[in-house]
Amino acid sequence: MSQKEPLFSEKNIKLFTDPFNNSNPVTVLVLGICSALAVTVKLQPAIVMGLSVTVVTGFASYIISLLRNTIPNRIRIIVQLVVVASLVILVDQILKAYVYEVSKQLSVFVGLIITNCIIMGRIEAFALGNKPLPSLIDGLGNGAAYGMILVIVAFFRELLGSGTLFGFRIVPESFYVKAGGFYENNGMMVLPPAALILLGVIIWVHRSINKKLVEK
Amino acid sequence: MKLLRRFLDKIKPSFEKGGKLSKFHSTFEGFETFLFVPKTVTTNGCHIRDSVDMKRTMSVVVLALVPCLLFGMWNVGYQHFLSTGETQTLFAIFLFGFLKVLPIILVSYAVGLGIEFAFAQVRGHEINEGFLVTGILIPLIMPVEVPLWMVALATAFAVIIGKEIFGGTGMNIWNPALLARAFVFFSYPTHISGDKVWIADGYSGATPLSNAAAGQLSDLPAVGDMFFGFIPGSIGETSKAAILLGAALLIFTRIGSWKIMFSGIVGTLAIGYLFKAIGGNSYMEIEPYYHLLMGGLAFGLVFMATDPVSSSQTETGKWIYGFLIGALVVVIRVFNPAYPEGAMLVILLMNTFAPLIDHYVVAANIRRRRNRVAHRAKQNKELVS
Repeated sequence: MSQKEPLFSEKNIKLFTDPFNNSNPVTVLVLGICSALAVTVKLQPAIVMGLSVTVVTGFASYIISLLRNTIPNRIRIIVQLVVVASLVILVDQILKAYVYEVSKQLSVFVGLIITNCIIMGRIEAFALGNKPLPSLIDGLGNGAAYGMILVIVAFFRELLGSGTLFGFRIVPESFYVKAGGFYENNGMMVLPPAALILLGVIIWVHRSINKKLVEK
Repeated sequence: MKLLRRFLDKIKPSFEKGGKLSKFHSTFEGFETFLFVPKTVTTNGCHIRDSVDMKRTMSVVVLALVPCLLFGMWNVGYQHFLSTGETQTLFAIFLFGFLKVLPIILVSYAVGLGIEFAFAQVRGHEINEGFLVTGILIPLIMPVEVPLWMVALATAFAVIIGKEIFGGTGMNIWNPALLARAFVFFSYPTHISGDKVWIADGYSGATPLSNAAAGQLSDLPAVGDMFFGFIPGSIGETSKAAILLGAALLIFTRIGSWKIMFSGIVGTLAIGYLFKAIGGNSYMEIEPYYHLLMGGLAFGLVFMATDPVSSSQTETGKWIYGFLIGALVVVIRVFNPAYPEGAMLVILLMNTFAPLIDHYVVAANIRRRRNRVAHRAKQNKELVS
């Protein structure tokens, strides 16, 4: 206990980077799928959602880790919920104050961050047994990794489904059938099943790059 | 033929292990077994062998599709000249349709086979022959005026997502050709919604299904026209006569299951007559056999539902599977105006349910036999005492 661990020690960096690859919450642990299908039609809400979840997971893990020795084991879930819910309400209010349009698009899904399995998963699996700082890093890493997957899915869905990115037109108007071209937006990409198929493809690609994930 | 054999034998060593082109072994093998019956024989144990292997099976199905294909090409031309009001010779009509349909077939085969070869190459598998049939089915269930890039995209989707990720031919849950159509259906609904099918060159005509769904039952074509296929529709689905020819070949060679086709017809008629008896709206009251003549139900029943991979495997299961396809198609057509053509969705749905049906058929069989054994044991005990 005497020696203070530096912030960017190897262990801490690994805590942050592992969720991006070996223990990705979405593609490896398959958590948080519901919101990944719901908010990825456009890039902007996906990024806002990813940031919100990152903030909530990070701070929820941090606070629970601070409290971990005082929480009675039998009521720990309710305590965790109180902490997470307060954070989510904070995030919701901030979104409403500063990016009202996006918060309207995300609608109920900001509130539903409370039920995002990644948050509870990190608290239960990590924060309850680790010190505050590593818990914070772990939470931020998992949230950011979740956000990364959302952004990848949303990138393809917005590009193929609407021909835009961040609302800017990428596929020129003149390509469309209406303007005498040949192209048409893929209507399926706007529907939730397309996100599921895309997630499957991402998992496929991930597993072919990282052979460690393939079961023997 | 001999020349070809000798040529293959000559270049074969370079594709074997250690040869210069050993990387392309599966491609070579694919071509060789396509041209000749494989020479490899099993040496020990006893094996029961069928006289047809998978490649010949697929060839028979393709043969069974030829009447539909030829008629479809002719019908494309016929519908076109009907809408422009010109009269043409038989040959000109056929040629027009031929030139419209051929690019779709070429695109479907090129994309599909390209992906199959690439996957076989990367995974070191043999090349599977499943795509021979899928490649011809995809054009037959598309509207004529579908843009070629959509056909390419749909084929790629069907082969990769529908087949290769499950492990290739024989492992797929859904019929790949129908999956291709479903892809176009949900991605580009304006091109293929089942009610309006583009005839050719921008003329669109209402199919019997859309007339029926809109309640214009007096606009339905004559029964004879629908049976012989002088109606607008997807390329291969219009002529029931041509489909019957194909069905006869499939049943005669025992490649398609007559149980699925027959119980499908029974299911359609049973629900059709039930609706007719209840009444309600005008669509419910049409003659039940109209459902078999309209749209893609007949084509789907004969060529899609009987797909040996994605249909039910047990014999009792086939009756249930076929019956439900026929019954659900009528239900979707009559009650859901958003989907005038239900055949594609119903067959995909029943593909999903086929393993469940099989599971319960097998479980019921086990229970029945277990009870029988228990019953016998009890009888024997009574006899002894």
